[in-house]
Amino acid sequence: MNALQKISDFFMTPAMKMVLIVAAVLFPFVAGNEYQIYVMALAFVWAIAVYGMNIITGLCGQLNLAHGGFFAIGAYVLAILTVDHGWGFWWAFVAAGVAGAGFGFLAGIVSLRLKEHYFAIFTLCVGFIIYLLIDKWEELTHGALGIINIPAPNGFGLVDFTETTPFYYLALTFMVLSVWLAARITNSLLGRSFRAIRISDDLAASLGINLMRNKVLAFVLSTTYASVAGALYAGLVRFIGPAEADVVHTFDMITYLLVGGIGTLMGPLVGTMVITWLTQSLQFLEEYRMIVFGPLLVVLVIFFPRGVVGSFLGWRARRMAAAQDAGKSQENAKKKSPTSPVATNREAGNHA
Amino acid sequence: MQDHANSVAASQYRGGIALDLFLQQVLNGLTLGSIYGLVALGLTLVYGILHVPNFAHGALYMVGAYVSYITMVDFGANYWIAMIASAISVAVLAVLCERLVFNPLREAPPIHDKIAAIGIMLFLEAMVQMKFGAEFRRMPTPYTDILDVAGMTIPAQRVLIIIGAFALMAVLHLFLKKTMTGSTIVAMAQNREGAFLVGIDANRVAMMTFAISGVLAAVGATLFAPINLVYPAMGHLLIMKAFVIIILGGMGSIPGAIVGGLIIGFAEAFGGFYISTDYKDIIAFALLVLILSVKPTGLFTKGVR
Repeated sequence: MNALQKISDFFMTPAMKMVLIVAAVLFPFVAGNEYQIYVMALAFVWAIAVYGMNIITGLCGQLNLAHGGFFAIGAYVLAILTVDHGWGFWWAFVAAGVAGAGFGFLAGIVSLRLKEHYFAIFTLCVGFIIYLLIDKWEELTHGALGIINIPAPNGFGLVDFTETTPFYYLALTFMVLSVWLAARITNSLLGRSFRAIRISDDLAASLGINLMRNKVLAFVLSTTYASVAGALYAGLVRFIGPAEADVVHTFDMITYLLVGGIGTLMGPLVGTMVITWLTQSLQFLEEYRMIVFGPLLVVLVIFFPRGVVGSFLGWRARRMAAAQDAGKSQENAKKKSPTSPVATNREAGNHA
Repeated sequence: MQDHANSVAASQYRGGIALDLFLQQVLNGLTLGSIYGLVALGLTLVYGILHVPNFAHGALYMVGAYVSYITMVDFGANYWIAMIASAISVAVLAVLCERLVFNPLREAPPIHDKIAAIGIMLFLEAMVQMKFGAEFRRMPTPYTDILDVAGMTIPAQRVLIIIGAFALMAVLHLFLKKTMTGSTIVAMAQNREGAFLVGIDANRVAMMTFAISGVLAAVGATLFAPINLVYPAMGHLLIMKAFVIIILGGMGSIPGAIVGGLIIGFAEAFGGFYISTDYKDIIAFALLVLILSVKPTGLFTKGVR
């Protein structure tokens, strides 16, 4: 057991989660300025959406290219209800989540009849239809002007969410809830069904998994995540335009997911953090970030398709297997007796 | 914006007899359809060989338009020389993509190809935008005459588009059916293992297919750009429509791409004119949603997917 081993073991313990949460809670106190807190809050909001994408794409294996569209639906439902119809923030927030689930269900029952490439292309078109509707339907969405003066979340007189730091904690709370829910889903029978579908439709069907029902469920879960994130985004940024539905956001989210590790639990968070702060430290890249991200996507899928978290888990699993083998052969040499096959660390791949 | 010329032409003749307007839309549909067909052909060829939905195809189309624009405006070259230069450079670019990206991913799960293709697309667009800016440019053309055929006015460039596109399709058809090299592509699309058994070199066929798809995209772009505009995001809408077309026509099917292209072209021309110009671009996607909701296997495909 060397230091490296100990550190990597620590990453897998529940204590690590506590360390992360404590670090996040303390972040506003150590942050250099308010802008950094704002960037972090925004990153949490995006991370929530990426968790949604991870459910349909990472767990269930269906590349959904309309994800940014559902993010925009959440943002627009909140904005339209609060600004044009005078709803309270939290009622509109709930409505945004419900709208995301509803539209997700409708899009899901049509699009999930298609497989692989067809599904990806179809959802790309769905995302574009959402964009065009938001851009052209001026009576409802204010068209290209966008919606301004969106109210901040209602703090019921206790907290003022127009300030950055309280909003940061709000975003953090929702993010932790999202991760918790994602963990529950991943480790449940439902999550295992999703993974079976990712491996093979036929395999899953032969195990008695209802393909359509599970896929639609994964899709609805993911769009709900996206629209909740979109609603939070509207509450944080407080003005939105048709650009929120641009397919570029979907591609951003794919980058986050792929960098962090597709299909892993902590991947979406790690990827969003890494890329957000990388972009922030390379400010000049903001407009041309795709010059770096594009080749990065290609290099990642060719050489590191498992991302940061996935590669770490794989490395750890290999190390543990090697250690076990070494231990076994030592034992063999000592006792000179055949050992029974030891259950390998199959858990390693599942948790992070 | 795409059919600025359209609406100008249409407004000039508002008040004319309905038949004239109708024929004008037929012409528009034919123009749009032949360009869509060209782009969809490249896409469907690549899909037939590698089973990769090449999301970067629209970016290749965009690069083709820029190469033509630069050769003509900055180097003062002739329209046809610009078209050849653009065809060659985009073909080389497409082959590079195949070698550097799609070939290493041949054994990877299908989701990886798609993400890599998206990566190429993002990269090419960002590069062009950094180099030339996001502004709209108008490509010059030597064919600015307006022809007058039986009371109908037809811009010469549109005639050129229709003739050029269908001539290229005919050449491609002859190449695929009558030459040995063409047959290897068809053989590989029909049955990969069978093609290997008779000694067809997969790498060579894949490179050739990408080169052809690049040429089709570049020629399509050079033909269409003079009545359209040149800008970094010009491939977005087109690639999505091309995908709609090849889904409708059956992915990998060559006649399907041409017929599908004409269907979408006519639907847009008539829908844009008789229903709403604002929502013209939605028509293709609405058609796709409608058709796939009723018949998830597409219009012309056999078997299940």
